[in-house]
Amino acid sequence: MAKVTATEERFGSGQGRCSAAIGAVLILSFGLLKSVSAVPQPATANPPPTLQETGLYADFAALQVDPAHLAFAPQYPLWSDGAAKRRWISLPPGTAIDGSDPDAWIFPVGTRFWKEFSFNGQRVETRYLERRADGQWLYAAYAWSPAGREAQLVPVRGKRGAYPLAGGRSHMIPGVTDCKACHQGGPSEILGFSTLQLSPERDPGALHAELQPAPGLDLRYLVDTGLLVGLPQALLDAPPRIAAATATERSALGYMHGNCGHCHNERGSLQNIGLVLRHSVKTAGEPAIASTVGQFVKKPAPGQSPNAVLRVEPGHPERSGLMQRVSSRYPALQMPPLGTELIDDEAVSLLYRWIAEKGASSQQAHVNKEGE
Amino acid sequence: MRRALPLMSMIALLVPGIVLAQDSSPGVQVKRGEYLVTITGCHDCHTPWITGSGGPEPDMKRALSGHPQDLAITAPATVSPPWGGAMTPSSTGWSGPWGVSFSANLTPDPETGVLRDFTEQQFIQTMRTGRHQGQGRQILPPMPWPNYGQMTDDDLKAVFAYLRQIPPVRNKVPDPIPPKQ
Repeated sequence: MAKVTATEERFGSGQGRCSAAIGAVLILSFGLLKSVSAVPQPATANPPPTLQETGLYADFAALQVDPAHLAFAPQYPLWSDGAAKRRWISLPPGTAIDGSDPDAWIFPVGTRFWKEFSFNGQRVETRYLERRADGQWLYAAYAWSPAGREAQLVPVRGKRGAYPLAGGRSHMIPGVTDCKACHQGGPSEILGFSTLQLSPERDPGALHAELQPAPGLDLRYLVDTGLLVGLPQALLDAPPRIAAATATERSALGYMHGNCGHCHNERGSLQNIGLVLRHSVKTAGEPAIASTVGQFVKKPAPGQSPNAVLRVEPGHPERSGLMQRVSSRYPALQMPPLGTELIDDEAVSLLYRWIAEKGASSQQAHVNKEGE
Repeated sequence: MRRALPLMSMIALLVPGIVLAQDSSPGVQVKRGEYLVTITGCHDCHTPWITGSGGPEPDMKRALSGHPQDLAITAPATVSPPWGGAMTPSSTGWSGPWGVSFSANLTPDPETGVLRDFTEQQFIQTMRTGRHQGQGRQILPPMPWPNYGQMTDDDLKAVFAYLRQIPPVRNKVPDPIPPKQ
């Protein structure tokens, strides 16, 4: 305090010194502000150390989920080496999701999501997302003990060997950077809770489809209960669905929407690749067809066969780049590049059938044209 | 002196602006990038090393062009415990539990440079996530991306700006080799 007083006295001794001091302080302030902005900012908050503390359960001992949370199932689920999944959303009381942009819903601060992964009936991990007061999403994953009685926070770099899979491989709980690699790859960080995923017009042929849990959460339910506002009425009058020539094509495009579109979309940082596998409810046509069928592979991945010239070559799935990527689990070649250790054989069959049928329909169209 | 107050206040407001303008100018940004590339050891792996008169040194005629395409390697190194890996004398090929990795060609060669289709944002994300273009395949060891991922956006932008204007070197780096099963 004495030091402050002495400083005041010195400044008070002359107007010129005061001016100089003010100028110097201003310069220093700008300098400091400038240097502060260059320092990486720490995470906004630390996740709770246990799943129990995130508030998922009303009675953790009985593993009874809080009935205030809403269970849901997207129509085109992400495949994670065959894990069975359960999902819940929690909105703060009195709040609602803003659906004005139907391709990028805005969730209120305090929104929480949980996704539980089980293999062979054993809970292995539960992932957690929470929207913080600063608007950022908090990412966390909790690993269940083998007995399934407790779930502890996983280190930020993830956890290998979380559950044994076929072929000597094992399920890995991804680290936070890998979570963000997918979740921050498009217009919204929430991937499975969206206009198309919750459309009442569900695809009966969707791969790995799950039964809708009670209360049957979909667009209509969300709007009727006031949990979703601003959604264009047209999307309620005519619920969105993927426009496809055949049922196979609808399922194939839906699978790619749910498993590839979070990175390969028109608004994320990979947009310069020109591969759009995410369905948009705002635009006509299917960019997943326009950006794959007959389109050249831009830069072959390590291990990719040189005969895969096109992303999708109608009638020739075996030499389509897309098939080579999804049929591989060689790390440099595989697609998706993370979150999966095993080839999704059912997806490979579906996409193979789609590309083969695409060739047959192209040939038929050619014959019809010649016959005119 | 009373008249000096507005003048000095104006200087106080203008000086940081001038500094900002200088900092963000392309020349300053590139120089900053060159400095960062030098002190963070990029040449240690991305520039082929040769034996000069004074011993091993980076061959700056091929600066940052990655593992030379004519230096063929077909299998991981065979080493005995306690050794866990090996590297080529060029310091561009690395063998370990991950297989064999080859340092990438960071020059702006339009056909062989790894950054040829990277945006600035993707470059930053690559350093942050350790994945190709920020979201794709994993970048293999020994690339110390967890360290570089701690750099500020401005520093990573400077590195990217520098790398985009160095002399292009045509050199197709081979694909990595998977580990022995």
